[in-house]
Amino acid sequence: MRSSLIIVGFFILGSLLGYFGVIPTSFLEGDISFYALGALMFCVGISLGSDPETLKSFKKINPRLLLLPLLTIIGTVAGSAIVSIFLPERSAIDSMAVGSGLGYYSLSSIFITEFKGAELGTIALLSNISREILALLLAPVFVKYFGKLAPISAGGATTMDTTLPIIMKFSGKEYMVLSVFHGFVTDLSVPFLVTLFCSI
Amino acid sequence: MFKVLALMILGIGVGYLFRKRNLSFISKLITVLIWILLFVLGLEVGSNPQIVSNLGKLGLDALVITVGALLGSIILAALLWRFVNKKKAQ
Repeated sequence: MRSSLIIVGFFILGSLLGYFGVIPTSFLEGDISFYALGALMFCVGISLGSDPETLKSFKKINPRLLLLPLLTIIGTVAGSAIVSIFLPERSAIDSMAVGSGLGYYSLSSIFITEFKGAELGTIALLSNISREILALLLAPVFVKYFGKLAPISAGGATTMDTTLPIIMKFSGKEYMVLSVFHGFVTDLSVPFLVTLFCSI
Repeated sequence: MFKVLALMILGIGVGYLFRKRNLSFISKLITVLIWILLFVLGLEVGSNPQIVSNLGKLGLDALVITVGALLGSIILAALLWRFVNKKKAQ
């Protein structure tokens, strides 16, 4: 939670400095953010590739439950497309690009800003932050009405870190490995899905 | 934009090759890069009067998409939950 607050803090600090014109916008015309994004994704790759132990633990999961990350992605993308009916200014594709951030707000907002501009990037940031917050707050409600897999699905790409403790509390400790697996797969899917919906 | 994905895949290979080394600095580097990128996103948002004046509306759009995304995913999770439990009961 604390690390999320710091990330949001940097966004707010940037907004204030931009708003009051402390830092000239000519600073943005270079390709700094593109190079930083490239470096970020290279590092994300390294951290995934250097951790084969996590992959091994996934063998213990009930094979039927391996479908859960796929269902999360399909449900999220379909749900985002459907609600775009209520958003006359947003196309279904833009809405799906935002939804496919799956709660991974830092990466999805950065990608969408780079490829679709800062306005949709801001929507992606706000939407994916609120997904994480709602997944944390509503976990007990989800378990009650939608079963023990619902908090994992709701958590999207955050289920191997920020929402993991809440899921273990309300779904049960036996869902830890599934939750980490779900987070791992959806987390890895975010850059691919967002790129896909930004390039259609 | 596919260059960025190619870099991630390259990173997975590099990470695997160096998995025996101490790579704890990588997660710190990731955090700092995310800070920089969100700071820059903030600058872009703050210095764009069109976005600033529409912030309330953008927030509402974001919330609508979140509700759709959440409902879609938990409905499918509920179907899988019922399916798995039905199999167990048989």
